[in-house]
Amino acid sequence: MTAKKILEIQNVKREFIMGDQIVRALKGVSFDVNAGEFLTIMGSSGSGKTTLLNMLGCLDKPTEGSYILDGVNVKELSRDELAKMRNTKIGFVFQAYNLLPRTTALENVELPLLYNPMITTKERKERAIAALQAVKLDGRFDHTPNQLSGGQQQRVAIARALVNEPVMILADEATGNLDTRTSYEIMSLMQELNQDGKTIIFVTHEPDIAAFTNRTVLLKDGRVQKDTTNPDPRSAKTALAELPDTDDY
Amino acid sequence: MKILNLIKLAIRALQRNKLRALLTMLGIIIGVASVITMMSIGEGSKQSINASLASMGSNMITIQPYSNEPGGARMMGSSLKTLTIKDVEALKNALDVALISPLASSNGQSINGANNWPTTIQGVSPDYLEIRKVVVKEGIMFSDQDVRSSAKVCLLGKTVVDNLFPNGDDPIGKIIRFGKIPFQVIGVLVPKGTSNFGQDQDDIIIAPYTTVQKRILSTIYFGSIYASAVTENASNAAVAEITSILRETHHLRDNQDNDFQVRTQAELMTMMNSTSSMLTALLTAVASISLLIGGIGIMNIMYVSVTERTREIGLRMSIGARGVDILLQFLIEAIMISITGGVIGVLLGITAAIVIPSMLNWPTVISQSSIVISFLVCALTGIFFGYYPALKASRLDPIEALHYE
Repeated sequence: MTAKKILEIQNVKREFIMGDQIVRALKGVSFDVNAGEFLTIMGSSGSGKTTLLNMLGCLDKPTEGSYILDGVNVKELSRDELAKMRNTKIGFVFQAYNLLPRTTALENVELPLLYNPMITTKERKERAIAALQAVKLDGRFDHTPNQLSGGQQQRVAIARALVNEPVMILADEATGNLDTRTSYEIMSLMQELNQDGKTIIFVTHEPDIAAFTNRTVLLKDGRVQKDTTNPDPRSAKTALAELPDTDDY
Repeated sequence: MKILNLIKLAIRALQRNKLRALLTMLGIIIGVASVITMMSIGEGSKQSINASLASMGSNMITIQPYSNEPGGARMMGSSLKTLTIKDVEALKNALDVALISPLASSNGQSINGANNWPTTIQGVSPDYLEIRKVVVKEGIMFSDQDVRSSAKVCLLGKTVVDNLFPNGDDPIGKIIRFGKIPFQVIGVLVPKGTSNFGQDQDDIIIAPYTTVQKRILSTIYFGSIYASAVTENASNAAVAEITSILRETHHLRDNQDNDFQVRTQAELMTMMNSTSSMLTALLTAVASISLLIGGIGIMNIMYVSVTERTREIGLRMSIGARGVDILLQFLIEAIMISITGGVIGVLLGITAAIVIPSMLNWPTVISQSSIVISFLVCALTGIFFGYYPALKASRLDPIEALHYE
């Protein structure tokens, strides 16, 4: 395998100062992610999962160690340069969707491109439409979030994460607010995107979800406890078909 | 983000909270509208004062007695006894003085048969008409011969005519009485209306000064002397000349103060204008305070807005908004509020300036500078009071903002 390395994390540490105490959230984490991987980061609360996610998303910088994203050392970037990294290289999907209220699906998807001065108004609209089509939301461009179901809102959020053509999609408990059927639908969509070559990192605490991905990194107490590959991930489409037709299960 | 997009974003944000935006603007609207209204009233009264002073004769000079005695009871200028016919004769030789007329006036009752009216008789010389820009409407002015002979002739102002001849009889040729003295009416004056001081300028009777002095007042002194400079520009030279002549006729030594006062119309104009300017400045200051309060209102609502939209700010940052993008977003929103308020305020102010003259009978003049200034002040208010809330927004930590409840 000569796949391109997207992420290189070397002995990353992150410490917070809370009053007069130093909290060590990450105590030296190292792993690499190649292009095209579908990775789950798992861990119970307090394992450093959220801290690692913030770091991967360029929202935070490591105290020690190096984090290289697509060839750029994140530790040396300024606040504005971090914003640019988030704008061009990362697509976020949040647990709570975080769509702008009273704003149409199309405008929500256009949002990241608004902060990229290289993109014209015409291109912005075309790309937003394409992204919404990719998540199968044709015909709902003018719907505002309160007119959409939870699953549909999350798909708008995924379209928003796709629209800037990022090197990786970062999902934070993206199925956490959804029922099983809708979760499986979202995972099925994620698997399709992964098959099209998208690198996806999925942060979750549900082992159920991890089964759909081809690699799992398990965090415990700020360290990587296990890093296992899953050569034969479960197909979300099949899982969906196996669910009973009614909701009475 | 591009500025155009930011402006669209700001308009959308304001549309979502229409009532709130309107209430926030209210302070600015009231402030701007009152600044413009106050300034237009001030400018209007200034111009109307200037116009009416000019109609009184812009090169007119007034000489009044003035007490130079230190201590003691101060008296009304007109009751002081310093100006006499000798002064008037001496002033006729002054080179910069074109016309001259003494004034001896008396209040009293004018009577025509069963009708009577309290009024003022002004004893003057024929030059008076020209100096004060008074015109004879019907009949004739009395002559220098009438002055010399203390003739009992007079001219009536419109108010006096209306009150003594209510039937519309022609007053010319009729005999009226002022106090006990009978006068023959030889003319009627063109009405001049109300002066700036609220005085009815038509409520007068004009007669030769000699007649008034001898037959009514029994005095040799004048209440004042009116003169006119040869040209408006010569006013100051005329004042200097008059002063030196009067000091000589009054035998004043070098160390003695003048026992009279010489005033030009220009001085009076400056004096009146300074009063009205001060009033305008005061009113404008009060109006500016409401602009300031409006600005504080904007600041307050922007802080609320930033807090309310913390999650939105977090999201925008997480998908690539830089601090400056967030700063501009909120700053432009604040500026939009203040400028929209400013535009509404300007329109209201102009409307008020147009409506006031017909409702309150105050003259108004809308000055363009007041519109430009208050508009600029609005924009600055938006920037100044919107900056801190916007800065606060731009400095939020994206991680905390995203999870803000």
